[in-house]
Amino acid sequence: MSGRPYRREGVTGRVLRFRFDGRDLEGLAGDTLASALLANGVRTVASSVRLGRPRGVYAAGCEEPNAVVQIEEPFPEPMLTATTVELYDGLVATGLPGRGRLADRPDPARYDAVHTHCDVLVVGAGPAGIAAAGVAARAGARVILADERPEPGGGLLGTTETVDGRPGRAWASAEIAALTALPDTRVLRRTTVIGHYDDNYVVAVERRTNHLGAAAPPGMARERVWRIRAKRVVLATGGHERFVAFAGNDLPGVMLAGAARTYVNQYGVLPGRRAVVFTTNDTAYAAALDLADAGIEIAAVADVRREPGSAWADWAWADRCAERGIEVLTGHVVTAAKGEGEVTGAEIAPRSGRGTREVAADLLLVSGGWTPVAHLFSQAGGTLRYDEGLGAFVPGETRQAAEAAGFAAGVTTLRDCLADGAEAGRRALTALGFGAPGVTVPVVEEEPANAPAEHLWLVESGDYGTHFVDLQRDVTVAEVLRATGAGLTSVEHVKRYTTAGTAHDQGKTSGLLTSGVVAHALGVDVAGLGTTTFRAPYTPVSFAALAGRDRGPLHDPVRVAAMHEWHVARGALFENVGQWKRPWYYPRPGEDMGAAVLRECAAVREGVGAMDASTLGKIDVVGPDAGVFLDRLYTNMMSTLKVGSIRYGVMCRPDGMVFDDGTAIRLADDRYLVTTTTGNAAAVLDWMEEWLQTEWPDLRVRCTSVTEQWATVALAGPRSREVLAALAPGLAVGNADFPFMTWRDAEVAGIEARVCRISFSGELAYEINVSSWYGLALWEAVMASGEVTPYGTETMHVLRAEKGYPIVGQDTDGTVTPQDLGMEWIVSKKKADFVGRRSYARADTSRPDRRHLVGLLPEDPGVLLPEGAHLVSAPVAGPVAPTARPTARPTALAAPPVRALGFVTSSYRSAALGRTFALALVSGGRGRVGERLYAPVGDDLVPVTVTSHVLYDPEGARRDG
Amino acid sequence: MLLIACPWCGPRDEAEFHYGGQAHVAHPEDPAALSDEEWARYLFFRDNPKGLFAERWSHAAGCRRWFNAVRDTATNEIHAVYRAGEPRPVIT
Amino acid sequence: MTAESVAGSVAEFAIGRRSPAAAYAARFAAASAGGAIRLAEIPFLTHLNVRADPASPAAERIGAALGVPLPVEPGVVTEGGGLSVLWLGPDEWLVVGPDGAARELTERIRDAAAGEHVSVVDVSAQRTTLVVAGERARDVLAHGCALDLHPREFGPGRCAQTLLARTGVVLVAVEDGFHVLVRSSFAAYAAEWLLDASVEYRG
Repeated sequence: MSGRPYRREGVTGRVLRFRFDGRDLEGLAGDTLASALLANGVRTVASSVRLGRPRGVYAAGCEEPNAVVQIEEPFPEPMLTATTVELYDGLVATGLPGRGRLADRPDPARYDAVHTHCDVLVVGAGPAGIAAAGVAARAGARVILADERPEPGGGLLGTTETVDGRPGRAWASAEIAALTALPDTRVLRRTTVIGHYDDNYVVAVERRTNHLGAAAPPGMARERVWRIRAKRVVLATGGHERFVAFAGNDLPGVMLAGAARTYVNQYGVLPGRRAVVFTTNDTAYAAALDLADAGIEIAAVADVRREPGSAWADWAWADRCAERGIEVLTGHVVTAAKGEGEVTGAEIAPRSGRGTREVAADLLLVSGGWTPVAHLFSQAGGTLRYDEGLGAFVPGETRQAAEAAGFAAGVTTLRDCLADGAEAGRRALTALGFGAPGVTVPVVEEEPANAPAEHLWLVESGDYGTHFVDLQRDVTVAEVLRATGAGLTSVEHVKRYTTAGTAHDQGKTSGLLTSGVVAHALGVDVAGLGTTTFRAPYTPVSFAALAGRDRGPLHDPVRVAAMHEWHVARGALFENVGQWKRPWYYPRPGEDMGAAVLRECAAVREGVGAMDASTLGKIDVVGPDAGVFLDRLYTNMMSTLKVGSIRYGVMCRPDGMVFDDGTAIRLADDRYLVTTTTGNAAAVLDWMEEWLQTEWPDLRVRCTSVTEQWATVALAGPRSREVLAALAPGLAVGNADFPFMTWRDAEVAGIEARVCRISFSGELAYEINVSSWYGLALWEAVMASGEVTPYGTETMHVLRAEKGYPIVGQDTDGTVTPQDLGMEWIVSKKKADFVGRRSYARADTSRPDRRHLVGLLPEDPGVLLPEGAHLVSAPVAGPVAPTARPTARPTALAAPPVRALGFVTSSYRSAALGRTFALALVSGGRGRVGERLYAPVGDDLVPVTVTSHVLYDPEGARRDG
Repeated sequence: MLLIACPWCGPRDEAEFHYGGQAHVAHPEDPAALSDEEWARYLFFRDNPKGLFAERWSHAAGCRRWFNAVRDTATNEIHAVYRAGEPRPVIT
Repeated sequence: MTAESVAGSVAEFAIGRRSPAAAYAARFAAASAGGAIRLAEIPFLTHLNVRADPASPAAERIGAALGVPLPVEPGVVTEGGGLSVLWLGPDEWLVVGPDGAARELTERIRDAAAGEHVSVVDVSAQRTTLVVAGERARDVLAHGCALDLHPREFGPGRCAQTLLARTGVVLVAVEDGFHVLVRSSFAAYAAEWLLDASVEYRG
């Protein structure tokens, strides 16, 4: 034998070095890992997932069930099929036992996504796809032609057929070159369409640098997800050959006949030296002849079909085989692949059963017929119908502006596929209004007439233990029979019982075979049994590709206010509030969070602090009916608010539950500015628009978001007035001139500002609003005095909780009314109606056991309750009654069921109170003030006393400074 | 990803829209006049047909207009879109 | 407020006004050096949100006062006299003018409304304007924008409110590319995203 016993004579190319399972090997440019392994005589590539049986290359494309490998270098990637990995210099790979390993280091590659639109998307650059794309593109349509392989041609690559007098492969390349030159045509190679969704939304994954190995340019996205919206889709996705279930049909050396043909013709690789061919149809003859012409001895062809009858009158394959001395055994089956670890022979028997013989061979080619790739058609809601001639399901009807063409549509000959593709292109153009262009179909040679196939699913036997139907899941006929024997009659149920079709390959070669075996077992027609559902993705997709650039800092937008850089520079830690980053607290050297927050709280209660409050939602509400509108949305009266004044308000849903809260500032008779919580800014604006557009279109009101127009500095504490006075010398800041809940326009630090006297801490406080362009300037000016302590959201939370002010979304959860919050006073009794009002007359909202917002004081003032902790009451198991001495507390819950009375919503350490405290929603809470409850925390029961939710300055003495 | 034809902006990806539930469920003129059951029916009960369904959508990331669509809930096909306030078209 | 009125008095606090993407100027310039893509911020443009009944006499008077009609066709921009008016919705427009024009333009529109119900809100600082221009501008935006940006579908004179990556934007097609009007709090995200999306096109 020569140095390359498995490479076809005369095949040359650039030599690539790679390593597989620890062996240094060589391949040629253009090889896949599978073809290179075959060229090196590597028969066993992987082992099976459940049984650990050796497995070799079975197919030549994405349908491969066996040769599953892991790339180790240049970057680890698990569960790839050797048949789709393009060989490159330096590739290191190992065969997998059905499971891979994720990389243990971050992937340095870039991944991205792109949206695109086209008139016609053609999936598959085989003969039908190229013909369709050619017709559409030459008429001026915007065309995308996507193909999963590195080279166009599809089925032509593996054959010796000619088109327009040229080898098929050359014709395909020339056509693609011509199409690529058109301005509105895009040819995507190495691009697998993985999903076909509603309204012709089609998702494809392009592998852009995977095939370059370490030579991949670092800036170039490795994989790209294409999100294509197509007016028309032509699915020219070809077909997959299927195999037949017989004993040992998984041995390395058993291979699909068409795959062997591809290895010989496309890659110049001889997958064996001496082959037996087992077929149910004519297509394997072309493979046998091509292999014979390449120097592989064809020991025998076992054709399940019995003696040719009248339909076989023009059957030319027998003559062609005879010319090459190939023995054709009609009416025969292969009953078993023979060999230890790999094929060394095939056992052939006549279907009558007598006269079994064993033929020596290192290659056993199988063709159980071809199945159109109808995955995408079916995913998009298309129905499939059984085609008797093919013994397979083909596309039927669809709601999508899509159609299948070529073999995917059940068209079998090259000539017909080309014609069908061209027609599909023409139909797409017509549907799009491009007129009816003339169509020229490429010329092909006469092909021998096909004799009908016979649809054989399994070779009968007394032992089905190695008759595999799903190679990747190690499912055999024996297991399918166990399923049907257990009474399962649906292929969907059999799939889940046996796992057949659920592996990495999603049953591309095995799905129909499984249906066929089930039909055989049940004695029914496979046509009525159907297939299992096709779902995206068509082939596995890396998570990295799906994530694209939405990872790391770009995973989700980070929203920042105008003063953000200052906070960062001063070492603030940040809290995520929706997408906003808000300063949480500003630790000084050596301070932990607790110390920093106690210091910040004390500064506000005793001196003056400043917080960036820019993130609050802000909406301009303008129009003569603005007051009426706000009266309808808020529970309290807003129309009576005087210009220059401010009012706090709560908004509820029609069911009466709190939706949002904030303030309304009356800027003019016909103009309010309302604020919302940070997280609800968009929702409140949408809510307003919804009512205006759908229920009250007669109201003359317009709403405009100004959330980011304004930057806001909250200045709080007994000394805030003097700080404001210094910054705004022109503003009369005295209590009488500038009372609580009013606003003034003023220059603050030389910047035009609107100053609001409102407080969320109970202290004397102001909110200074300026154009966000000046937000940083204002903040720096406030800080320039050196007197003001910056404080973050944690301090804000502690201060407001001490006052019993709830945070919507923290102390409420969509099941809480204003009354539950102890805010009866904000629910107008005068207004005829407002959103939610009717619900307060429902029995449910007046139940005495509704959860009320209350305060909790842990009996140990140093214990901080976790937010979310449940609250239970006595009795609890234990030696003492709950009324006993506080030190003798119960230590375990009572036996279930234990009624949860409520839960902790906010919990903090308070500088002002000198202890911990919490807010909680507690069933009948206001009636429980003074009662002791318990919070189960870990293995402990923490005793707490229920109090009013207002714990600090209940008389409100501090707000005027 | 549905392609939804905003009555103003034209076809846009579903991601630009918010769903608003069943259309033509008006807020009662005088909620106080309703029985608890009638009010609860308005608050909590909506149709859930298999087949054609008139529903509200908002082009939230676009022109922010609310509009109605008749969608087949079994196939996701949108048979008609129409502006708020317009009557539901007859689908044949 | 106008820039002139406050610039002097703020100076003593070291910084005056600052645009939302100011920190990206150098990285935008570096990314634009190759010529195939150009990224920049146009800071401090005047943006007025105008809402009115499009069929009202007020709408017509406002167009006349601005010298630019309020477009009634969805997705259309009208331009003239240094102003452009972007269609945002059937009763909503964005009037875009030069830096410092907010007060004067607001008054002009309010005067033209003459008591009819029209809302004019200064939203100049609500969004900033990012330029994505150059021959590969479309390719960059296509990474995050689902609209068909083919020149036949979305050429100069068109605008749209839509999504770019994970943020809402007003996208405006201009002669050599696009203006991306992004909310100020999202400006840093949008800038980072555009810089990342343009890596392959920097030439």
